[in-house]
Parts: sequence; C-alpha cells; structure tokens
Amino acid sequence: MMLFTFIAWVLAVLVIAPAIYAVETKDLLSAAIAVGFADLAAAILFLVLQAPDVAITQAAIGAGITLAIFVYAIRRTERWEK
Amino acid sequence: MKKALAAVISIAIFIVLSYFFLTGSAPIDYLKGGNYTDPITGEQYNHSVPQQYVEDTKNDTGASNVVTAIVVEYRGFDTLGEVTVLFTAATGLALLLDELKRRTLPVVDPNFILKSAVKVVLPFIILVGAYIFIHGHLTPGGGFPGGAVIAAGFLLMILVHTTRGLPERKLSITESLAGISYVLIGLLGLVFANEFLQNYLPLGNFTMLFSAGIIPLIYIAIGFKVGSELGGIMHNLKGVHEE
Repeated sequence: MMLFTFIAWVLAVLVIAPAIYAVETKDLLSAAIAVGFADLAAAILFLVLQAPDVAITQAAIGAGITLAIFVYAIRRTERWEK
Repeated sequence: MKKALAAVISIAIFIVLSYFFLTGSAPIDYLKGGNYTDPITGEQYNHSVPQQYVEDTKNDTGASNVVTAIVVEYRGFDTLGEVTVLFTAATGLALLLDELKRRTLPVVDPNFILKSAVKVVLPFIILVGAYIFIHGHLTPGGGFPGGAVIAAGFLLMILVHTTRGLPERKLSITESLAGISYVLIGLLGLVFANEFLQNYLPLGNFTMLFSAGIIPLIYIAIGFKVGSELGGIMHNLKGVHEE
C-alpha cells in the first residue's frame, strides 16, 4: 500500500506540474506539449488506479489526438500569447 | 502576488482532497456502509449498486467486461447520445473550417525517418485499434478507445502524406454507414425485444468472441464511426496544401 501511495503521489505531481506550466507560459506550442505530457501521466495514473478502459482512451485521445489538434490550431493562428 | 496566492490555494485544496482520497476517510465514506466486498482491500460495505452490476452482468448480458456491459447494454441510450455529441462537434468544425481550409499553407517535407517508420508501424496501429474494439466485450477497451487508436494511425498518415491527406469522401461515407447501423441495431431491438437497444441475439458462450449478443456489433459500429470522425477532424484542421 505504501508503494501504491508513493506512485500515486509521483504521478499526481507529474500531472499537476505541466498543467501549471501550461497556464503560466507565453509560448502556446510549449503549453500544448506540456498538456500532452500531463495527459500521458494521467493515463498512467488511471492504469495504476485500475481503470484500463479509461487509460487507453486517455493515452490515445489526450496524448495523441488533442496534441495534434492544438498544434494544427496554433499553426493557423499565432504561437505567442500577448 | 495574486498568481502566487491562487497557486498556493489550489495546491492546498489539492493536498486536502488527495489526503481524503488516499486515506479514504472522510467525504466518500457515507457512500459505503454492508454487503459489498471491496475486491482490492477485502472490506465489506453496504453499497449495493456495484455489487449488483458485478453479479448480474454475466447472466444479463453475457459480457465478461463489466464496463462494456454498463456502457452499451445498461446505459446504451447514453452512448448513442455521446456518439451524437461527437458527430455534432465534427460537423460544426467542418462547417467552420470550410472557407479556411482553402487557404494555402507552406508545405514542410517530412524527414526520411518518419516516412520509413510510418510504413512499418501503421498497419500494426490499425490492427491494435481493431483488436481493441472487436474484443471490447471481453477485454478492457471498446469502440471509443479503439476508434481513437485508429485515428492516431490516421494522424501519422496525415503527417507523412503532406500533399494528399486522407480520402475525405470515403471517411464521411464510412462514418454515416456506421452511425446508421448503430441506430438500425437499436431499432431491431424495438422489433424483436420490445425495447430500443435491447439485446435480441443469443448470448453465446461466456468469454468467447461470439458472445454477448449485440454488444460486439454496436462496438464495431462505434469503432468505425469514432475512427473516421476523428480522422476527418484532423484532416479538416490540417487543410489543403498547394505547391
């Protein structure tokens, strides 16, 4: 149980830290990549919490497709936040 | 100053909530209380709904994946609503981007490593996606995850073929056929079993591929629909490249 708690805390930090970075940074491309990283950590967290169904969806949509959609949207608009 | 305060407050809320979540002491305790045995810790609770699903799923639906049984069988109408939401989002995006799509963007030639790697990896990604949604009633997964994995394969295709893109027409035909077949399967339930989306096929042998009645059919339809829909969204966002 101690190991489980430790892994859950580490993964929670790996979800929270990129999320804060994504809010704070002015570079939207870096923010999108940070969100993708947070989604990947969240997918592993779901797997540790015994929800493999959600983990597969989160890994494919969060880390893959959402990132691509963000990058395409930034390409059509502007990269730097004013 | 304000930002630092907000960060401190949100981190404090996170620590408090995660403490309750990890120790399982305070706010979620009232949900539990006699005949439910937690499969991990072995504790007994008086929380009958999960126990009910775990016990009845085998006889009611014949699916060995309880999550799938709840999503497609017990709450099938909600899933139809979810598919409709995704369809509406894709249609709205296509309408919004119709004009923007014709604007030309500079073409960047993909490098050699990406081109050769995609040739090797793409069939396997499509295969894994198909496996996930065909075996949705047996193993973790289902129509939405499988369709998303296939759409990730489409993304690789878009990245490699910078000028051609995806066959948009074929994608929309696939999507429409899959949506129509989902509704038709539900309507046949209305004919044979007196309820919309009710199971009317034999349940088959438990844990075999041909089991669980209409669940595999519905998940195959959803897998095709989600895959082609997400692929179409990315194709629309990418736009047309002209030399």
